[in-house]
Amino acid sequence: MSEHEGGARRSSRGTLVIAEDRCKGCELCIDACPPRVLVMSSELNEMGYRYPELTPGCTGCTACQMVCPDFVFSVYRLTAATAPGDRRG
Amino acid sequence: MTVIDTSQPPSEPARKVADFRPSLLLGEHSLCPGCGEPVALRVLLEVLQELDIVQRTIGVVGHGCYGSFVRIMDVDVLQCLHGRAPACATGIKRVRPDCAVFTMQGDGDMANEGLQEVLHAAARGEKITCVLLNNGVFGDTGGQLTAATVLGQRTKTSLEGRDAETHGYPIPVADLVAGLRGAAYVARGAVSTAGAVAQTKRMLRRAFETQLAGAGFSLVEILTMCPTGWFVPASEGPGYLGDSMEQAYPLGELTTWRH
Repeated sequence: MSEHEGGARRSSRGTLVIAEDRCKGCELCIDACPPRVLVMSSELNEMGYRYPELTPGCTGCTACQMVCPDFVFSVYRLTAATAPGDRRG
Repeated sequence: MTVIDTSQPPSEPARKVADFRPSLLLGEHSLCPGCGEPVALRVLLEVLQELDIVQRTIGVVGHGCYGSFVRIMDVDVLQCLHGRAPACATGIKRVRPDCAVFTMQGDGDMANEGLQEVLHAAARGEKITCVLLNNGVFGDTGGQLTAATVLGQRTKTSLEGRDAETHGYPIPVADLVAGLRGAAYVARGAVSTAGAVAQTKRMLRRAFETQLAGAGFSLVEILTMCPTGWFVPASEGPGYLGDSMEQAYPLGELTTWRH
């Protein structure tokens, strides 16, 4: 998917590393996320569960990491706000 | 919709603010999706690390789903008879007063099997910290009703919901303990929302500080989700907890000890 897709380009102040293979698909993070930037995948992981995916707008608040029973999230705060999708080279 | 690549840490300048899990957690658990107990375990281990007492901490666990944590937590642990954790913890603390001793018990373990042990330990003012993971069911044995199941809650042995006429009223363990003079710190938290998790962590920290100061018995009751035992989808666990358990067991500090 292109980072230019869609009209609304929300900047991200934070980002995540998601260990999707550990996820059991409980979806607690979806409701816990204040900016509501997590969505469940359409793909399944190795265990057969859907897992969360990050869309632009993360603030690095750590709410997902705090409620996750399966330790799926690692949270980073970016030192400068950037446009989504173009920061991992 | 743009999906951001989250397989690797960001390559640009960034500060890690939260790791997957504390270093004291060695591996993965096999509990159900949406279970609240691993979250409670995580904050407990974070508190032990922050207080820098890991090397002199001894945990005592009862019997329940959380028993599987023994394999993945890098803390010395004794697993004892069902409900007897506060009695074992009493012995450990009296022989090794320099240690921080905590128990981890479920509501079936503490309210059904071992109500006497926890009440007597609290009344004696034993300098231990008891952690009650309250989800209102005997999760490990299949989801039967416990003494802490709230009225109206469906379990495998109360399919129509707990009825006071048939099953009696729930026992609020933290409130009982808070009424005893030996209890220096009693609080009730939850792990249903990020805010509640942060509050629960503060409570656990105060409970251990109470023990380390030698002020008396401390207990933190933590309401945890058990969507499997509650017959609700995993994603609806926190909402169910807020609507049912939190109404019967209000969150907050019941007894606080100050320097």
